[in-house]
Amino acid sequence: MARFKLRKGRSVGMINTSSLPDIIFMLLFFFMVTTVMREVTYKVTIKLPVATQIQKLEKKSLVSYIYVGPPVRSKLYGTNTRIQLNDQFATVDDIQEFVAKERQARPEADRQKITTSLKVNKDTRMGIVTDIKQQLRKAGAFKINYSSRKKAPKK
Amino acid sequence: MAKRQAPEINAGSMADIAFLLLIFFLVTTTMDVDTGITRKLPPPVENPEENVKVKDRNVLKVLVNSRDMLMVNGKRMELSQLKDKAIDFMSIHRDNPDYPEVEQKMIPELGKEVWVSKGIISLKNDRGTSYDMYIAVQDALAAAFNDMRNQTAREFFGVNYNQLVNKKKIDAVNKIIPIRISEAEPENIGGK
Repeated sequence: MARFKLRKGRSVGMINTSSLPDIIFMLLFFFMVTTVMREVTYKVTIKLPVATQIQKLEKKSLVSYIYVGPPVRSKLYGTNTRIQLNDQFATVDDIQEFVAKERQARPEADRQKITTSLKVNKDTRMGIVTDIKQQLRKAGAFKINYSSRKKAPKK
Repeated sequence: MAKRQAPEINAGSMADIAFLLLIFFLVTTTMDVDTGITRKLPPPVENPEENVKVKDRNVLKVLVNSRDMLMVNGKRMELSQLKDKAIDFMSIHRDNPDYPEVEQKMIPELGKEVWVSKGIISLKNDRGTSYDMYIAVQDALAAAFNDMRNQTAREFFGVNYNQLVNKKKIDAVNKIIPIRISEAEPENIGGK
């Protein structure tokens, strides 16, 4: 019967782990750099629609977001579709002011390049979206992006 | 002078600390890039009375009602047919009154004249249309334009539109196939 013999005197040397922290640090820095902390807490539920012809939004610093959907805490705020700007609920009339503030926050050279990303729940009626679009037109924010997920290709 | 040896710091737990941080960032990281359909809104109309006259044959009217049903030039249509219809409408048909007018346009990037359609797709939706349907329609139209751009790019440069790198070539294709989706001023028909 074959047996594994414990040979004496030939112990496997300990693996040198002194470079392990370096490797881990490297990974750590990678994730630290790539991480984008979520800027706002969603107060509205958003299930994005799917589309096939989507484009990536390039510069994240030049994107301002408008969230539209039913409130997360429906017991408190009801189930009617609401608009969220930054961290609070807003009405359609607040949008122009919001756009102006977003412009102020960017350097002057970039102000015309701001894209407004509309994150709209897919069950929303178009009425409110149209109102938002009208307000954006008035505010001069013409570049918009209908946020949507990539549709899984058909098999 | 006696040299005092600095005691060596035990770095064995360094990895653990780093691991802890690593795991934190791993969990909080969201790698997803924001994606979506990018569109440009038209500037606000100054005097709404003034209507821009566009010939009827140049416009493909796409209507979506509050029950998410689609009507194209007065006929009901399924969403799956919309893309082909749009491509058919926007493609070049010379001297055919059923299709939009075409004109020869000088494309400076190519240095020659190319037939360009004058067609416009007019998209109109009700306030009660669901956003899902609206995006689906926008998507179908975008797909139509992208297909046409791909075709044009292949014809002139031998590669697909998204593989073009040269800015001039992209501009040339954009000029031959401009995305002409006009969204009508909103109307309230079916209530909210």
